[in-house]
Amino acid sequence: MLRGENGAGKSTLLRMIAGLNEATEGSILIFGAPTREARHDIGYMAHAPLLYDELDGMENLRFFARLYGLDSDQPLAEAMQRVGLDPALTRRIGQYSQGMRQRLSLARAIFHRPRLLLLDEPFSNVDPQSATQIAKLLAGMRSAGDTILLVTHQIGLLANLADEYLVMSRGQLVDRGFMAGVQA
Amino acid sequence: MKAGPATTGKGEKSMSITRLTWINVRKDLRLEWRSRDVLNSMLFFSLLVVVIFSFAFSPTVDESRRIAGGLVWIAFLFSMVMALNQSWARELRNGVLDAYRVSPAPAEALFLGKCLGNFIFVILLECLMAPLFMVFYNLSSVGPLWQLVVIALLGTWALVVNGTFFAAMSIRTRNRELMLPLLLLPISIPAVGSMVTATTQVLTGEGSPVMQMKFLAGFCVVFTTACFLLFGTVLNAE
Repeated sequence: MLRGENGAGKSTLLRMIAGLNEATEGSILIFGAPTREARHDIGYMAHAPLLYDELDGMENLRFFARLYGLDSDQPLAEAMQRVGLDPALTRRIGQYSQGMRQRLSLARAIFHRPRLLLLDEPFSNVDPQSATQIAKLLAGMRSAGDTILLVTHQIGLLANLADEYLVMSRGQLVDRGFMAGVQA
Repeated sequence: MKAGPATTGKGEKSMSITRLTWINVRKDLRLEWRSRDVLNSMLFFSLLVVVIFSFAFSPTVDESRRIAGGLVWIAFLFSMVMALNQSWARELRNGVLDAYRVSPAPAEALFLGKCLGNFIFVILLECLMAPLFMVFYNLSSVGPLWQLVVIALLGTWALVVNGTFFAAMSIRTRNRELMLPLLLLPISIPAVGSMVTATTQVLTGEGSPVMQMKFLAGFCVVFTTACFLLFGTVLNAE
């Protein structure tokens, strides 16, 4: 779990790991490979939903799935169900509530079963019940051996789920430790 | 251009640039079908140009043949500028472009997909506007019609390729609506000049447009190759 005040550089760090921003110094390796070669292993969820308003949920996922070489709708429907959305929903994203967009955004990040999941404020604008559901989903992924790097201010939801925390301030890593014993 | 399979992992199917390009085209067509942002703005602008110029000048048949080439292409060029901005703005809304950049799909497929999508939109506009131009300006071609079709296809592709590339370059700038014409128009002057000259030659029957058509074909090849090769850098520039 990545923490820090607003403007500390948390989102920028996530974007750098995702390959969206260049690092000014040093290099980033994902499971031993440069980001460019590890894109199949990365799932990224940002503040913005990264979805087309004019398409419905499955159409959005289908488009992005084709970019990953996935032709089947099966993993897409599964991803939607895992985040608590109905794959048969034909409403366009523009008509979704903020919470539904957030959940579909998470489905877009996980449908290809990435080994590294980068999540920027996944609980913002999500109702408490959905947030708990998402937290459970993430716990399941962590148990399955996936790595999750998550930015959140809602520490309470992850108090028993995250292994480690990192604290950033003004672009620097200022603290890190294990979550055991950390108070929400 | 590379059309081989892209790298894959986890047992996913290998994806060729051709297939990914088609996926992007299909997505753009679907988005446009549902929003009609691009076609509506292009049609409205072109229609205004046709009507205003026809009332302002009331040209004779001979005069029409001489000015129509310039008028038609300027109307399409400026309509296209509006459309290109919108086609990329769609990718920035909700940050969707980031989702594409994070994926393993090559940037070139996005570029070619956008080019083909915009090409289809502009050709559609030309098909809809051509009869109106003929009616309002009392136009009829002295030269063969197939030459006009070839000029339209080559000219449209020349403008669309450059336009798509420079629109992607200017999309993250604050004054993108201003930046695109500033970048695109100077680069397009040779192509526009050829298109206007060739169109006028066909309409009036004075001279052969073959040299201009060859020039346009060369322009298309050179700029398509250059834009294709440079697009990855433009897309990932922050």
